[in-house]
Amino acid sequence: MSGLAYESLEDIEFPDDIHTTSTGISNEKLGMWVYLASDCLLFGGMISTYLIYKNRPGEIAGLSGNTDKVSEYFDIPFTSMTSFILLMSSLTMVLGVNAVIRGDLTRLRLWLTSTAVLGALFLGGQIYEFTNFVVNDDLGFTSNVAASAFYALTGLHGVHVVVGVIMLLSMLAISFGTRIRAEAVEVVGLYWHFVDIVWVLIFTIVYLIP
Amino acid sequence: MAIIEDQRPLELTTGHDPVAPEAPSPLGVFARPKANTGWRSWVNTVDHKKIGIMYGVASFFFLLVGGVEALLIRLQLSVPGNQLLSADLYNQVFTMHGVTMVFMVIMPMASAFANYLIPLQIGARDVSFPRMNALSLWIWLAGAIFFNSSWLLGGGANGGWFNYAPNAGVTFSPGTGIDFYAIGLLIMGIGSTVSAVNLTVTVLNMRAPGMTLMKMPVFTWMNFVVQVLLVFALPVITVALLLLTLDRMFGAAFFDASKGGDPFLWEHLFWIFGHPEVYIMVLPAFGMVSEIIPVFSRKPIFGYPFMVGSGIAIGFMGWGVWAHHMFASGMGQLSVLAFSLSTLFIAVPTGVKILNWMATMYGGRIKFTVPMLFSIGLVGMFTIGGLSGVTHAFAPADTQQTDTYYIVAHFHYVLFGGALLGMMGGLYFWWPKMFGHFLGERTGKWHFWLMLVGFNLTFGPMHILGLQGMMRRTFTYTSVQGFSMWNLVSTIGAFIIALSLLVFIGNVFFSYRKHRKNPVNPGADPWDARSLEWMIPSPTPEYNFAEIPVVEEFDEFWHRKYGHDENGRLVRIAKTEDVVESSDPVTVHLPSPSYWPLVLALGMPLVGYGLIFNLWWAVPGVILIVAGVYGWVMEPATDPDGGHGHDDHHDEPDEPDATELAAPETAEAELVSASAGSTGATAGEGDSQ
Repeated sequence: MSGLAYESLEDIEFPDDIHTTSTGISNEKLGMWVYLASDCLLFGGMISTYLIYKNRPGEIAGLSGNTDKVSEYFDIPFTSMTSFILLMSSLTMVLGVNAVIRGDLTRLRLWLTSTAVLGALFLGGQIYEFTNFVVNDDLGFTSNVAASAFYALTGLHGVHVVVGVIMLLSMLAISFGTRIRAEAVEVVGLYWHFVDIVWVLIFTIVYLIP
Repeated sequence: MAIIEDQRPLELTTGHDPVAPEAPSPLGVFARPKANTGWRSWVNTVDHKKIGIMYGVASFFFLLVGGVEALLIRLQLSVPGNQLLSADLYNQVFTMHGVTMVFMVIMPMASAFANYLIPLQIGARDVSFPRMNALSLWIWLAGAIFFNSSWLLGGGANGGWFNYAPNAGVTFSPGTGIDFYAIGLLIMGIGSTVSAVNLTVTVLNMRAPGMTLMKMPVFTWMNFVVQVLLVFALPVITVALLLLTLDRMFGAAFFDASKGGDPFLWEHLFWIFGHPEVYIMVLPAFGMVSEIIPVFSRKPIFGYPFMVGSGIAIGFMGWGVWAHHMFASGMGQLSVLAFSLSTLFIAVPTGVKILNWMATMYGGRIKFTVPMLFSIGLVGMFTIGGLSGVTHAFAPADTQQTDTYYIVAHFHYVLFGGALLGMMGGLYFWWPKMFGHFLGERTGKWHFWLMLVGFNLTFGPMHILGLQGMMRRTFTYTSVQGFSMWNLVSTIGAFIIALSLLVFIGNVFFSYRKHRKNPVNPGADPWDARSLEWMIPSPTPEYNFAEIPVVEEFDEFWHRKYGHDENGRLVRIAKTEDVVESSDPVTVHLPSPSYWPLVLALGMPLVGYGLIFNLWWAVPGVILIVAGVYGWVMEPATDPDGGHGHDDHHDEPDEPDATELAAPETAEAELVSASAGSTGATAGEGDSQ
């Protein structure tokens, strides 16, 4: 890189932060980090609950009487596919953040849309999976505690994805308005990556580990 | 420079000038609130001081509510075989008392001080997210009112404040009380999370130049620890409450052993939250005492790094002791042993604090003002509570004490004798700063002594009752059990506490009337104090600091007033009047008021009622929440008429705000001000043209 380019890059790296906040990280970004730290414990509690209950196949059946473990019905190839879709959405999110930092609005809209679509595809997959369990396998939310814990955990994650998709679409809408802040897209991106990482954990712990 | 400006990463223009004034009316729903006086100025405020005062007033109101419930308990237990309350009503009264005192008195009263004082002590003009600050107040208040409305809608919760399963399930608690408990706490938890994120970021990000972490006052430090604890503890109780709600309303069986669930899971989840919660309640009071004692001993706090370090240590170790609440549950010897040991260890940092307070007083020129009396009261009473706590750490003893009045005595000594006494001291100490006049000193002493005597009469005998075997949560006893005398003493004590609170209310009322008749301003620094909040006029001006101070050492304000001569003796180097701020600010722009936090918060209890009674009720609630969120996002954080006042941490104190005049959002304001600060440009030139 030429000296000039490097100089300006440096100015982009830490342009104003040194003067604005004590840590150099903007309030919004730091706030999101702190919130995500909090969210870790939310998922931690839910994952622990599932781990405690997953091997209680419910010798004592719940209301609908299906005593099978929910893990017996997992369709790993299908869920691997939806997990891959969600992971790819992290890539498009990164590209979106990159686009907004470069000031490329067209690309930003493209990548925001693709991220939201990929997130929606993942949600569709989850709805399909749930429906499949309930309709074909007769395994509902109240069937047994393992099933309840499974639905509660993955449902909570699903709600996070829904919120993420809504935020992405809102960002998209705002980008057609008068202005959009790169920082805001970046903060939404933080949230989105977090939701993805949590899914990696859930997929490993719930689906892959027998 | 222009090239760099064009590539600024935090901002993007889409053809319009990014800092051009926006239309003042957001979405055309509300006119931007302008009122500076009257009730509207409180409803739409985003000022951390007003929010703090509202937290204080509301939590004091709930103190009276919880106090009346306490008096009902004590009346019921005053004589054996009493028929005043039925067993069922008694269950509701003690549960509501506990939950009210924990979540609606101690925590929000600590929030009141934290909100008011943290920005002042770190030299900021507001918290990092002013509107979110208002949001957390309104959500908490909505949740608290929602929770207490259960009295009118079928009866309060009746499972004790920790609401153990399986009693909390539908089978054993078919009424709606537990539902109000679960959803009310979920709502208040959302408010607390918002507040915790906000204050954590405030402490990390908003400090004045030179205010490094290890120069922060101990009060700010302890509250910082508390906010971090809240960030990590609240999601755990959220999980527990979500599971409980799913159990009760959607037919799951997480805590129902008859369907394969595990009641034990509730206990663990609750106490993983519940034990840090204990420190969440008591550390703010520790912080206040650590401010008050040095001022009235005229010595710096003894062992500041240890004071901070022990607070952090308590914060960490508080996560490893939760199961000492569950020694009687049969969780296995190894667990009991581990938690017994860790509980003994946590007494160490707490003991460090107590010794440091005493060492601070040692050799000092102590002035026994009311705040100092309350602080000394805390040191004494908390020590008693701490020592009885150590006796619980020994599992064999604890299995005898579990669920007896000995436990009740212990936690009232730490929460009343610790948290509440400390906060009462804090009220007397910071009252002149908040309201511009003193509380009556003589009346205050009456208040203190009545409260101390009443408190010891109420809870001291409970140690004896507990060791004699009187069980808690039992609505009556017989005369042959030998509990009669101490119960009567305890009831008399409770009424003395009530009297002391009346004295306090009278003090507030009469000192205000006296002030109205003959206003005497206490001045910026009535106590000859040490930290930054005493550098600014009393009552605190809306903008806090006319000029953001530059901090060089711990106890900055004190060091500006006093130095040492060659013999190491304290000498005054400057008159207080010369050190405190007197200049009027030229252009300080404050965060603009907003209605949206209130709108958003109003939706929450509606959703709660909807979940409990009829889902249709939730519809307007959801609409309010969605409208609140989008109204909030679309509304510029600052009115175009003014910029932010709190983000001028750059090195040019002379023109901090003129540069931010038209900045529409916080981050942009920071951006513009900083870039303008570095280039010496004004607002119009600071954007990316």
